[in-house]
Amino acid sequence: MKKLLVLSAFAAMLASGTALADTSGKKIAFSNNYAGNSWRQAMLDSYAIVTKKAVDDKIVAAADVFTTADKEVPTQAAQVQNLILQGYDAIVINAASPDALNGAIKQACDAGIVVVSFDGIVTEPCAYRVVVDFKDMGKQEVEQMAKFQPKGGNLLEIRGLAGTSIDEAIHAGILEGVSAHPEFKIVGSVTGDWDQTTAQKAVATILPSLPDIVGVVDQGGDGYGAAQAFAAAGKPRPTIIMGNRQDELKWWKEQKEKDGYKTWSASIAPGVSTLAFWVAQQVLDGRKDIPHDLLVPYLAFTQDDFEAALPKIKEGGVATHEYTQEEAIAAIKANIKQ
Amino acid sequence: MTAIAPGTVPKASPRGSAARARMLRGLLPALSLALVLLAIAWLNPRAISYFGFNLMLNLAIPIALATIAQMFVIAGNELDLSIGTFVGFVGCVTATWLRDAPLIGILVLIGSIGVYALLGALIHLRNLPSIVVTLGMSFVWQGLAILILPKPGGKAPEWLLSIMSFKPPYVPFPILAALLIAAVVHFGLMRTSYGVILRGSGGNAAALRRAGWSLLKTKIVLFALTGLFGVLSGMALIGITTSADANIGNGYTLLSIAGVILGGGEFVGGRVSPIGAVIGALTLALAASPLLTFMHIPPDWQVAANGAILIIVLAARVLISRRER
Repeated sequence: MKKLLVLSAFAAMLASGTALADTSGKKIAFSNNYAGNSWRQAMLDSYAIVTKKAVDDKIVAAADVFTTADKEVPTQAAQVQNLILQGYDAIVINAASPDALNGAIKQACDAGIVVVSFDGIVTEPCAYRVVVDFKDMGKQEVEQMAKFQPKGGNLLEIRGLAGTSIDEAIHAGILEGVSAHPEFKIVGSVTGDWDQTTAQKAVATILPSLPDIVGVVDQGGDGYGAAQAFAAAGKPRPTIIMGNRQDELKWWKEQKEKDGYKTWSASIAPGVSTLAFWVAQQVLDGRKDIPHDLLVPYLAFTQDDFEAALPKIKEGGVATHEYTQEEAIAAIKANIKQ
Repeated sequence: MTAIAPGTVPKASPRGSAARARMLRGLLPALSLALVLLAIAWLNPRAISYFGFNLMLNLAIPIALATIAQMFVIAGNELDLSIGTFVGFVGCVTATWLRDAPLIGILVLIGSIGVYALLGALIHLRNLPSIVVTLGMSFVWQGLAILILPKPGGKAPEWLLSIMSFKPPYVPFPILAALLIAAVVHFGLMRTSYGVILRGSGGNAAALRRAGWSLLKTKIVLFALTGLFGVLSGMALIGITTSADANIGNGYTLLSIAGVILGGGEFVGGRVSPIGAVIGALTLALAASPLLTFMHIPPDWQVAANGAILIIVLAARVLISRRER
């Protein structure tokens, strides 16, 4: 492990050229606005695992997590301001609002603090943004669907939380995919809020009014609920795109064992929080070449590899991927090339 | 807050102990603020500075204004459950129309104060419970806010930004603003004759009516004042955050009620204190966020700890007011 560390430190030096700044005295805070679902819990778990090791290895001095009591913007703005006062060198943030925190973010930047946002990103130009290519994910769902249903047919779309940038991006990608594959037609759309129960209710309500459905395109966290709704209505089981949740992959496995059911699964890995952490560490390390907008791939599983991932996911959890420092540096490098 | 000279009242008399309790009640908001400040100073001495107070307290200004807004309805024995979403609505108007088309923006904001006045009239004339009416209105304000600003964004007008980032010499702006708000409202509500009538409408409505005062008018004035301070709160909030979000003020409903009670107010009887309400709002703002952040509580416990701090602060207030009875 030590060797790996030396290697990674070496790699970091190489990648950054002149950066020799030591981050072992730096403190990084994580401002989080919500911890109430399985995805956020997995995000915090991943973050804790990676940062604890980074602190033990003396890469950074401290990596503390702060979660606000409510999902409110002013509470998180106040929290960021308090983190400035605490003297942190960097703030990793999953923000309650893309715009309304900009005032506090700007104050942090002005105080010389590095701000890295992910998942719930902030638009303030001085901050870094780790963004998952949700639009491509939506497009890829239709591409994959075309493999499983080569004849095409009617699709049902399940949307996420209304008004969020993520829902908009995935939806736009799905529309793009459908226009590239005219054999598919979206005949119905419901709001599932990335939640199995909500999705199940919504799908069950719309099903009787729909023609035969060959596939369901969704946003993750809603695939299992959709499957339940189809089963309850006695309708034939369509190809449902999954979203890396444990219950979804488990259902997939059961269906595969029964009759070779095929589908595809993709979602943003909660461990992207750890990538944001390493980006902050790299910026503190003195790297000046990191673009402020970093695009990272989503985490996808295919027919061949999902069963291997399933046992590693906690009951009721989400598949994740924790970034090591080398992987983070590689991800940054991939963005510099673009 | 009481004018009884020390020594003139025998210690054992029930009147004397009530007077002392009342004085204690008047001092309690200031006392709890001092305690929270002491705790912060002990945990993070760096926070006790011009820069620190600026950062810790600037988000307390909109909370203080919302608390004053809530205080006016509470003075009339009513409760406003829509103040949070109303602040959000004002925020959305401020970040869009007030910047792009100031005239429309100003008209909409004045109109919304008018809506508040009408609500006061409706509640009085139809004898409706204000909780139900304002709960309904909270969805109306929220819906309008989403209509104006479907996605978070917009930008505060420049003049508002420069007001809220004003840096006076020696005394941090949030403290000046808090003093100003407390002084103006204290004078208006506690020192003018119509202020007495307004509070009286909550204290003894029957007596006021017999004396020939219009209760309809007092209710309208109280609700309009709530609307006015709600507008000020929303504008101040957007001046600090620089851009808006339809959900930005949702937490203010309960914070404002807690602020009034912490500041020595009562739900019934027209007993409110503007100075106490402002101090209460500052205390809540400090206890909920800076204190919690500086305590380094493990993340799993932070949410619960936030609630616990609020309960402890409010419980101290309730203990003392019980002694008073």
